Amino acid sequence: MAKQILIIGGGVAGTIVANGLCRQVKSELASGAVTITMLSDSDKHMYQPGLLYIPFGKIRESELYRDQRKLLDKKIAFFVDAAKNIDVDARKVTTASGKTYGYDYLVIATGSRIRPDTIPGMTEGAHWFYDLDGARKLRDALNDFQGGKVVINVNAPHKCPVAPVEVTLMLRDFLIAKGVMDQSEITYTYPIGRLHGLEPVANWAVPEFQKLGVKSEVFFNTKMVDPKAKTITSEEGVTLPYDLLITIPPHSGSQVITDSKLGAGGWVPTNKLTLLREGSDNVFIVGDTTNIPISKAGSTAHFEADTVVDNLASLLKEQRWSRNYDGKVYCFIETGMTTGTYIMFNYTTPPNPGPPSAMVHWLKLSYNRLYWLSARGLL
Amino acid sequence: MSEKTIVDARGAFCPGPLMELIAALKNVQIGDEVDIWSTDKGSVTDIPEWCKKVKHDCVGIVEQNGYWSVLVRKAK
Repeated sequence: MAKQILIIGGGVAGTIVANGLCRQVKSELASGAVTITMLSDSDKHMYQPGLLYIPFGKIRESELYRDQRKLLDKKIAFFVDAAKNIDVDARKVTTASGKTYGYDYLVIATGSRIRPDTIPGMTEGAHWFYDLDGARKLRDALNDFQGGKVVINVNAPHKCPVAPVEVTLMLRDFLIAKGVMDQSEITYTYPIGRLHGLEPVANWAVPEFQKLGVKSEVFFNTKMVDPKAKTITSEEGVTLPYDLLITIPPHSGSQVITDSKLGAGGWVPTNKLTLLREGSDNVFIVGDTTNIPISKAGSTAHFEADTVVDNLASLLKEQRWSRNYDGKVYCFIETGMTTGTYIMFNYTTPPNPGPPSAMVHWLKLSYNRLYWLSARGLL
Repeated sequence: MSEKTIVDARGAFCPGPLMELIAALKNVQIGDEVDIWSTDKGSVTDIPEWCKKVKHDCVGIVEQNGYWSVLVRKAK
């Protein structure tokens, strides 16, 4: 009887697990001892970090997408059929089409989604770049922008924790190049008492923002947006006027997680070392879907996926555990249109961003292309 | 009947314990408690300060073996 591996989600985490595992269990796939099946809600794979460049006209939309079937190893059975219910007790997953899939090992990689609808007025009054439609609208708004007050508003929880800093610094360069920075004012708001969740990044951002004239408002958790008055108000009682509001909306996990009662907010309780669902020995959680207190980011998903691949391969081939996830995260940080830096950390070693350089900026631009090798399990 | 959720943010560098608390409070009911575990001593001052600003109740801080347990009750 073949061991069935079922992967839910065709984003970075699910795709790396699928392709990486194919490379590790080639002979078992060929003999029929193992099968790998992926369920996704889309036939396209998006490189989400590329969305940051859309509002500034720095990347073509087509560069963000690949056909998911072509990205996957041919031995993977791939179905565009979203999971609607996950029953971990009965070991079965039911999909939108009504089909039911069983499994020996399940990998849940259903990701996260933006929820501007959870804050009154945000959908109507704000722009964002965390999905393609929002990024296009922000690109149009920036093309029309002739100067004024810009508020960059960060909400919790959200994925890609460095993106708000990146968009702030890139926006300033964009407005300078457009010739309207002298008539503009940028204010950055953050939910906690410093500019970033990571203290070293916050400490680095303070002098950067001061030097560049970017204002900030900390302890700002958004209560409401008034699109008519063009104001944004925090739970802490501060109201800011804006001409252009760029928000990083709060996120939640996938609906199928809450519908299946696997975790509040769509985040599944997960062992931070094994990446197994709490209470399961055959259900791996990977990427944004976990409730692990760690950055929800593509690189987190990538390194978690590598860990899951090693463990699934060892369990299938040698019935043993391979290794634990060490919390590794690596993020490039654009510090404008021509420079960048990076941070790397794990559960025991804090990050320490270095001085920005043109070289790191070009490395990031290069990785925007190299990503497709990561998705194929090659890099 | 109020419920208590434990958020183990020990060793969390990013996004950090207070961001985890803010996220966790969105998923519980008014009157429920979130017990946030942090190895960052800054949480002992950050979390009560934030609770005071947004009018949630910080109902207890206990130093455990190598970490702090900060109990917050959702008040609104």
